[in-house]
Amino acid sequence: MLRYILKRFLSLAISLIVASMVIFAVIEIAPGDPAAYMLGINAQPDTIAALRAELGLDQSKLQRYLSWVGGMVVGDFGTSYAYRSPVAEMIGDRLWVSLPLAIYALTLSTIIAFPAGIYAASRRGHFGDTAVMGATQLGVAIPNFWFAMICVLIFAIKLRWFSAGGFPGWDRGFWDGIKALTLPAIALALPQAAILARVMRSSLLDMLGEDFIRTARAKGLSRRQTLWRHALRNAMIPVLTIIGLQFSFLLAGAIIIEQVFFLPGLGRLVFQSISARDLIVVESVVMLLVFAVILVNFLVDLTYAIVDPRLRGRT
Amino acid sequence: MTLLSVRNLNVGIYSKPILKDVSFDIAPGQIVALTGESGSGKSMTALATMGLLPRGAQASGALILDGQDILNLPEPKLCALRGNTMGMVFQEPMTALNPVQTIGNQVAETILIHGPSTRAQAMERARDILDRVGLTAHPLGRYPHEMSGGQRQRVVIAMAIAKRPKLLIADEPTTALDVTTQAQILELLKSLVADFNMGLMMITHDLAVVATMAERIVVMQNGTVVEQGDTAQILHHMRHPYTKSLIAASTHRPDMPPAAPQDDPILVVENATRTYPEPRRRLFGKREYRTAVDGVSLTVNARERVGLVGESGCGKSTLTRAILGLEPLQGGKITAFGQDIATPTPRLRSGLQVVFQDPYSSFNPRHKVARLITEPFHLLPHPPAGKARQDAVAEALIAVGLHAEDGGKYIHEFSGGQRQRIAIARALILRPDLIVFDEAVSALDVSVRAQVLDLLAALCRSHDLAYLFISHDLSVVRSITDRVLVMKAGKIVEQGETETVFSQPKHPYTRVLIDAAPMLPLHNEGIP
Repeated sequence: MLRYILKRFLSLAISLIVASMVIFAVIEIAPGDPAAYMLGINAQPDTIAALRAELGLDQSKLQRYLSWVGGMVVGDFGTSYAYRSPVAEMIGDRLWVSLPLAIYALTLSTIIAFPAGIYAASRRGHFGDTAVMGATQLGVAIPNFWFAMICVLIFAIKLRWFSAGGFPGWDRGFWDGIKALTLPAIALALPQAAILARVMRSSLLDMLGEDFIRTARAKGLSRRQTLWRHALRNAMIPVLTIIGLQFSFLLAGAIIIEQVFFLPGLGRLVFQSISARDLIVVESVVMLLVFAVILVNFLVDLTYAIVDPRLRGRT
Repeated sequence: MTLLSVRNLNVGIYSKPILKDVSFDIAPGQIVALTGESGSGKSMTALATMGLLPRGAQASGALILDGQDILNLPEPKLCALRGNTMGMVFQEPMTALNPVQTIGNQVAETILIHGPSTRAQAMERARDILDRVGLTAHPLGRYPHEMSGGQRQRVVIAMAIAKRPKLLIADEPTTALDVTTQAQILELLKSLVADFNMGLMMITHDLAVVATMAERIVVMQNGTVVEQGDTAQILHHMRHPYTKSLIAASTHRPDMPPAAPQDDPILVVENATRTYPEPRRRLFGKREYRTAVDGVSLTVNARERVGLVGESGCGKSTLTRAILGLEPLQGGKITAFGQDIATPTPRLRSGLQVVFQDPYSSFNPRHKVARLITEPFHLLPHPPAGKARQDAVAEALIAVGLHAEDGGKYIHEFSGGQRQRIAIARALILRPDLIVFDEAVSALDVSVRAQVLDLLAALCRSHDLAYLFISHDLSVVRSITDRVLVMKAGKIVEQGETETVFSQPKHPYTRVLIDAAPMLPLHNEGIP
């Protein structure tokens, strides 16, 4: 088991290094000089050169890569070209919105999807199964921003239970923050829950057709008992894979939802930075997201080994 | 006194009749074998008894277990019976256990769901049961993937007998196992029946197993019981033509042409060695290697039939793949028709063809038969086209006992035996000198197997073929080969003329193999 963890950890480290090189290289290739862009079209060449020196853009590529990576390791992400404020601070503020939102949405999606998927599998071919599958079909088909708008119409404008957008900040109290994130989280969670419920159902049905389920029934377990005791844990591997992918998506892919609800999240930060050619912010946010994805994959790998003993001995 | 009385059992699935008027009895301590070919309804009878029929099945008649009619009993009552009064053992031990639970938990579960016992008591009892089935050395915390097929089957048996059921149903319990393991498991089942005074419903297609195990035989065909009675009586004085044909097919010996002179080697394997890297034990530890084929040398001459026998894991499949040029060697050399197999020419490839085990998965289901069997034509510099191609297809199909117009059909329209004939046609179409049969008749019913063996004998006469026949089934190898090689742990331990090796085995392992293989007693011999 320890060897499995070490091996996964090593692959995590290698992935991070490779990812940082790729990100750096891609941003380098992108056309446009940040210094020229910041100073406008009428800037003098020597002013631009001075700014380039100040931003460290005149150093060699290797030097710049090393100082970028070295800085990130100690939490220094550099200074934003556009706002002249530390990138780490900017990202930190946004992360306090995006991360809770992603976790909130994923929790909701899991809470909806597990019972729905398990119920549908246990009622295979019956009305309950058809109803759940119909609902998930809708959930997969309808885009999340449309859900978002419907949620705003019903819960914010008609019922006035929630505000239609904006984020008050966590210093106004935990529950106020949660309340502001609830509608966005629901809008994000519903399509994800629909996908997850379908994966859960089909994975469970696959397992229910396995030989060891028949063995369990021959021992005297009822259908329900075989589902909970024998099928469920075996069905978790594909479900965990999807949960891992969904978390990465929720962290980075909430741009439209953030836009609909006026949330100061990471997605909007990236969007604004790209339009302002604030490359160092883009670089850092992308690196952070890559780190999150790799970390989540690492955690999913560890959960695999907890769920399935056959993976523990393997390298 | 009867334990289980099956009376006029009828089962239909979506109104298609599967079982028709099946009736037989099992007494306590008695072993009753249900036998017949695939589709005869033997497994369905077992599932009906357990109340585990598939969806859409309706059953009528009576299943009286211990004085109670259990057919159409409500599900909760059946759950209370399953695992408690009746237990079941299945065919495929590799998949019959939950891969994510320890064997201790799985055996204890049977005890926990049926009785008032604490978890500790159940685990203690699980230990006793696992000891009883011969797994004394295996801790309760072991997972199924850490055990061999035979050991897993012992765990499945332990789960089935944990509550000392009155009736045990075993559905082909040894079909997936090696002969030596099979002999041990059959011995275990016999002793459990005697100890617990259990009734055993043993389902098997293998009449030799039936003859060594059962007191009574129930012969089934197409969902009906065609004949039943005491084993000795049935084997000696069978009345029904189907029983006769089954036994004839089981002991069938095809009429082989005389052995060819051993003077024209076409396949020469010299010191072939194939090793696989093992997973590293430590992160940066040195890699260890497992030797699957260890310095094997053999020769196949033109028109010669050579058998290769051995148990699973002995390296015969690896050797087969190496001979076909599908695996690189780490040592030694394989030459066919004087050319090195490592750099195969089209001539070499077309001279050496293969027929695989599973007739259901070794064809592309979207191609028609004519395209399937003409695939080897790409090896020819000028493959026949148009009329010549059609003639070649027709000739190959007719040679294997099919019809020329079968070329226009898809593979799903054929039965298992017909598919294996098509596989042989595909191997035959280039008129090769040597065909490798890799367990080619193992998946077939006895009567179909007898027909395919006859076909092989006929092809030997008409086509000047040499065979390399790889199988775990000793009786088949004995009936069809001139020379046999016995393989164990990657090495050839004995080789010689087939009859000599079988009647006077020299190597102790060969002797073990032959003793372990159940044999149908001939008419003049006694039956236990």
